[in-house]
Amino acid sequence: MAHSLLTVLICLPAAGALLLLCVPKVLESRYRWFIPALALAVSLAEFVFSLALFCYFDASSHLLQLVQKVPWIHSLGISYFVGIDGISFWLILLTTFLTPIVILASEVRERQKAYLASFLVLETAMIGTFAALDLFLFYVFWEMMLIPMYFIIGIWGSTRRLYATIKFFIYTLAGGIVMLLGIIFLMYLHYEQFGFFSANILDIYAVDLPFDFSVLSTQSLLFLAFALAFLIKIPMFPFHTWLPDAHVEAPTGGSVILAGVLLKMGAYGFLRFAMPIFPEAFKFFTPSLIIIAIIGVIYGAFLALAQKDLKKLIAYSSISHMGLVMLGLFVLNSHGVIGSVYQMLAHGLSTGALFLMAGMIYERRHTKKISEFGGLTAVMPLFAVFFLIILLASIALPATNGFVGEFLILVGAFQKHPLYAALGGTTAILSAVYMLRMYQKVMFGPITREVNRTLKDLSLKEIAALIPIVILIFWMGIYPKPFLNKMEKSVDYFITHQQNYELGVYEEK
Amino acid sequence: MITTLLILPLIGFLMNGLLSRRLPRPLVCLIACGSVLFSFGIAFYLFLQFLSWPEGWRSITVTLFPWIPQLGVDFSLKMDALAMVLTLIVTGVGFLIHLYSIHYMKDDPGIARYFAFLNLFTFTMLLLILGNNLLLLFIGWEGVGLCSYLLIGFWFEDTEKAAAGKKAFIVNRVGDLAFLIALFFAFSTFGTLNIESLSLYQMTAEHQSMLTIITLLLFIGACGKSAQIPLYVWLPDAMAGPTPVSALIHAATMVTAGVYMIARLHFWYLLAPFSMHVVVATGLCTALFSASMAFFQNDIKKVLAYSTISQLGYMFIAVGIGAFSSGIFHLVTHAFFKALLFLSAGSVIGALHHEQNIQKMGGLKSKLPLTHLSFLFGTLAIIGLPPFSGFFSKDEILWLAFNAHPVIWFFGWIGAMMTVFYMVRLFTLVFYGPSKTNDKHLHEAPIFMAIALIVLSLFSFAGGFIGFPHHHFLEEFLAPVFIKQIAPAYGHGAEYGLMGVAILSTLGVAAWTFYTFHKNRAWAEHMKIKFAKVHTIISNKYYVDEFYARVFVKPLNLVSDLFLKWIDTFIIEGIVNGLGRFCVYMGGRYTILQNGNLQSYAFAFVLGVALIFLYYWNRF
Repeated sequence: MAHSLLTVLICLPAAGALLLLCVPKVLESRYRWFIPALALAVSLAEFVFSLALFCYFDASSHLLQLVQKVPWIHSLGISYFVGIDGISFWLILLTTFLTPIVILASEVRERQKAYLASFLVLETAMIGTFAALDLFLFYVFWEMMLIPMYFIIGIWGSTRRLYATIKFFIYTLAGGIVMLLGIIFLMYLHYEQFGFFSANILDIYAVDLPFDFSVLSTQSLLFLAFALAFLIKIPMFPFHTWLPDAHVEAPTGGSVILAGVLLKMGAYGFLRFAMPIFPEAFKFFTPSLIIIAIIGVIYGAFLALAQKDLKKLIAYSSISHMGLVMLGLFVLNSHGVIGSVYQMLAHGLSTGALFLMAGMIYERRHTKKISEFGGLTAVMPLFAVFFLIILLASIALPATNGFVGEFLILVGAFQKHPLYAALGGTTAILSAVYMLRMYQKVMFGPITREVNRTLKDLSLKEIAALIPIVILIFWMGIYPKPFLNKMEKSVDYFITHQQNYELGVYEEK
Repeated sequence: MITTLLILPLIGFLMNGLLSRRLPRPLVCLIACGSVLFSFGIAFYLFLQFLSWPEGWRSITVTLFPWIPQLGVDFSLKMDALAMVLTLIVTGVGFLIHLYSIHYMKDDPGIARYFAFLNLFTFTMLLLILGNNLLLLFIGWEGVGLCSYLLIGFWFEDTEKAAAGKKAFIVNRVGDLAFLIALFFAFSTFGTLNIESLSLYQMTAEHQSMLTIITLLLFIGACGKSAQIPLYVWLPDAMAGPTPVSALIHAATMVTAGVYMIARLHFWYLLAPFSMHVVVATGLCTALFSASMAFFQNDIKKVLAYSTISQLGYMFIAVGIGAFSSGIFHLVTHAFFKALLFLSAGSVIGALHHEQNIQKMGGLKSKLPLTHLSFLFGTLAIIGLPPFSGFFSKDEILWLAFNAHPVIWFFGWIGAMMTVFYMVRLFTLVFYGPSKTNDKHLHEAPIFMAIALIVLSLFSFAGGFIGFPHHHFLEEFLAPVFIKQIAPAYGHGAEYGLMGVAILSTLGVAAWTFYTFHKNRAWAEHMKIKFAKVHTIISNKYYVDEFYARVFVKPLNLVSDLFLKWIDTFIIEGIVNGLGRFCVYMGGRYTILQNGNLQSYAFAFVLGVALIFLYYWNRF
């Protein structure tokens, strides 16, 4: 079981999607609840399976665990090679945790079957991306994520959905293609040095990449090829403009997954690939990367301030927070990196939940304009409570998960240079400004529009979707030890060995 | 024990918060008040225990569980003499204010929410006090800020009130950023944030400059929380909250957190003389500046708010000259009399159906006798007439300030006279002169409110005796915490001389002010017109809010708009979409090649073959 658990996790959602598509029309029209229930059951089963990772994962080792390797294209050294360490472990759990919530909260009625199936396929691709240890396989899953997402935005999005989805698709694809070139070149270099092709990440770590402290050396160019794909995905300034459009047009579930999981792919890519494979080039580019991370933090916050659309505001806040995540990663010390990984999880939960809640009022009012609301607390008190809790987690109030991550990141940044922490820390003020300003305009004051007077408070289903997130927000904020413990070894190894990375495979004792 | 004490208000919060709509009102009140009363009971029991223990033993540390192992931060609580004093105040005065609130908020539909927030506040404040770790203290620090935000904007339907809450939170966050950076400095220098370990750390001369930076940054945080220049602007606006909230959070407890923090970290401040000077200077400026702003305010709560800022200034003067126990002493007496003043003001406001303008009050002495008396006690305590509590604490601060530097005493004394002026003016305008209300039957405070007023009156009267000169119980109690106390350089003669000056001048100014606003209003009006310019500037609070709006808020909006319109939309989006359009355009051009004409395809084909042929022809 253990050695194929990841494969089960990867395949199960896709299989579920197939099953979903096979449901006969008769059944679907007679029992309207059947399709969502089935999708939810599949995603819940997936979540339960992913919990089994706890039993098999040994947190005392930094090595790759639960590894499975099956040759695929032998002549090119490409194999189906999956496995996890303490970092991908949590990202996979984040994925399996958020997907059922998205499915539960889905309000889509039109082509519901296809919509839910898209999410299941997306889940397969996301888990695959986090688990892949073969560059080529990674690329396949990476691009595979685009397809369901393209449809989710393009079919179930709002008015400008086509523009948004094409922009998202082409932007990410462009980055991906450059990365593919990089992958092919790496495989070729491996052939040159060792006499056979390999896309196996462990082999690639061993490839010697020439570097002469210039932008044009092989290693720099390869690093940039990977970095571009990841920077676009995160997204970092100035490659971020696809994100607000995609978020605004995407249906709620799409936004949640996009903010909750997809954005983490870029950061994860840096951790797993760009930084350890190209250590010298990374070091060479570190100052500029740190600068754009900090620009991203401040710039994103400023733009969030200027937004009049609820989802756009959250999208820009997301850019700001991801800037902080990258700052923690780029300073490359133990506090910064562990904080960064922790913040990825925290941000996935809180921003995911923010989009979920933005979707809930959109369902009620069919607008996302902040000025259309006001005084909602009076009619939706429960909504107000949940919204406030999640918003406070997002602005990193102590005792919520956001604080632990942000504090660790800033401690790490401080050790690199006090100025980094001071600049990154401005997010503490700016995020309070834009979030509380928004909260005040939406929730406080008198009710200015008559339509808002009759809005319904949260339904049981919506509460059920939010409660697990709120519990985790506090759990991770008050007792983060179990979370940090699991990622600690991998992060430590990453910090100490980034210059000569050679992850081994875990042997069961 | 400490844990129970801390957890009780949290339980109250959870019960009232989660079950708010299911619980009947009396039960809501019972839970809220009961939990705080229980906490107070435990605290008092511990206090008695402390007294029976020898001095050196008076401290209890409990470590609950690890919080962030990477930073060595635990959830660890520590009760010592200093924390004990604060805990008694927070739970004791807090309980009275809870009690008072039962009546004050009885018609409000959000009473469960109100009490839940009030309990949450008590919990976070206790966490701030008991946290044995700077990061834990910071949870409390931000937590009380959150409760303040929630309670200021309690009546959220009113946009202005909600905005006041937001302003408080954001201004506090500015201070908190400095606080955070101080924590980074401290952690990277000492490798721990545990207060106990930090106090035992062997400092060397090299740490001096680092400590100066850390203590200054922490002080910026204190300026935010304790409303000192330049971050005081949120406190007057915070009066938008319910009056008991102003009494508890914005007078008695939360705003004193900055003073507490400096007292808690006195071992750092003592090693950073420059920071101490900054603390004194800021405290002094704030004490004078905000006292002058209280001069011509017409909102009863705003006068009290500025007076709170001013009194906090005195506390900072005290800790800044190294008289930590005097600072805490004034914190304690201030908690009594300022809570009393606010609650009395609340009683007035309640009786007059939410009228807060003192110009529309007057002649309430006979109509609200109890409130009149309690307000009188509060006023006498704050202006520092013996034997009321404020006299002892303020006099002690001024006396020690005189020993530090006579100039500090002089300005402190000026500030005290200003306090006398605006407090007596307030008192006279509210309770004397012609009555301006038509309501014949004003409601005097009902029973629970009356209890709170009476108890606090007693403490405002007698609370100063815990710090009787030369028989100073509080100083002795706090002695194990504060390593050294400053010894007066001047003798008893100077001490009693200054005391006499202060008492006589206070009496003089009080009498003159009372006379002016009671019998000689015409002259006051005349002066107001004569010095109209000064009056306008002061009553508009020196236009500081307007200045901040222009220098910080407006540019912030401007820059964010600029970023959005120019950088994001014009440049970045322009390039991205431009690239897209370019591709589409080029694609359109090249469609010429695919025109469906068989002949041109054949031609291209032949051409291609010919080129390949030529290439290989040349190679071989």
